[in-house]
Amino acid sequence: MSSAADIAKSLQDEFGAAILSTVEFRGEHTAIVDREKARDILAHCHGKLGFDYLIDLSSVDHYGEDPRWELVYELYSLANGENVHLRIKYTLPEDEKAPTVSDLWPTANWHEREVYDMMGIEFDGHPDLRRILMWEGYPFFPLRKDFPLAGRPSEMPDVAFTNRAPLAGGPFVTAPTSGSTVKREPRSREMD
Amino acid sequence: MADSPATSLQHAAYDSKVEGNVIFTRVDSAINWMRKNSLWPMPMGLACCAIELMATGASRFDISRFGAEVMRFSPRQSDVMIVAGTVTYKMALAVKRIWDQMPEPKWCIAMGACASSGGMYRSYAVLQGIDNLIPVDVYVSGCPPRPEALIDGLMKLQKKIEGEASTVAQLKTGAPEPETVEA
Ligand code: SF4
Repeated sequence: MSSAADIAKSLQDEFGAAILSTVEFRGEHTAIVDREKARDILAHCHGKLGFDYLIDLSSVDHYGEDPRWELVYELYSLANGENVHLRIKYTLPEDEKAPTVSDLWPTANWHEREVYDMMGIEFDGHPDLRRILMWEGYPFFPLRKDFPLAGRPSEMPDVAFTNRAPLAGGPFVTAPTSGSTVKREPRSREMD
Repeated sequence: MADSPATSLQHAAYDSKVEGNVIFTRVDSAINWMRKNSLWPMPMGLACCAIELMATGASRFDISRFGAEVMRFSPRQSDVMIVAGTVTYKMALAVKRIWDQMPEPKWCIAMGACASSGGMYRSYAVLQGIDNLIPVDVYVSGCPPRPEALIDGLMKLQKKIEGEASTVAQLKTGAPEPETVEA
């Protein structure tokens, strides 16, 4: 197996309809797969195709759409020495759990904890699904789109507390225009 | 024995080599003079500002010129907590706890924008200024402040200590209670 294009093709031959589509962008291949088969496909990539390195595992919040979550796996093969990079994506409804891949790539252990901590997506079969950045007992999932940047108040006696940060009207943003600095860098932009 | 001109020009600090020198002063001033010249810092380095704090301690800027070179990593032995960096909510109560472990009298320098006000982190994860939890004596602006700025802050703190009422003065009846700051 050599190029990512061949690999994307071979996945299609192997799993057929479970590979919903493949996308190529500047030599990088993405396979969007069926969530029922996602775990099998990832195991196949790990075992048969030699993707021994999970670069990253992240999640996207498509707030207001159904299914809400999308999980993204970036795979790389150190073993075959060629620059082969494959991305696997699948969507997940809000009330479902994702399958863990921490038994395939041990590095996924902490990645999945981070996804759980920030987005609140749970992983089925994870050996130790605790928060990793925030503390145990923090009641929110701060990377969700319906969570305000300023935060929400919370209280865990003797552990930690949080408060809302003063945003003085809105997040400070830049607005690309050719106008003056005042236009380009407003102190805050009105949120719709 | 007549004083030579050189001796009489020496400033009025106690000098064991010149016997017979007697200094008259107030207990307050003497105590404050000792306190302000041996401020042992508790280096609360939490983010990038801590790098400048280290630079301040190193030979080029040399905070020991002001008697504050003895960085103590035990709160029991320190006088001034230098909060250098971003205080996240996860760290906040640990900072408070270390502050509580420091013996009185103690002072606090908030070094940099983050420790003073949350800085650029207007976010769910960052405490918006360490003064929400502990009383701050000197705020040093900058992101990060240069070592000179921190030294300037330290000298400001020394000035402040000079004017403080020391323990004896507080024992006198009728003396005002030291100001307490609600956490
Ligand atoms: S004030 Fe600037 S340099 Fe200091 S900790 Fe905050 S971000 Fe870092």
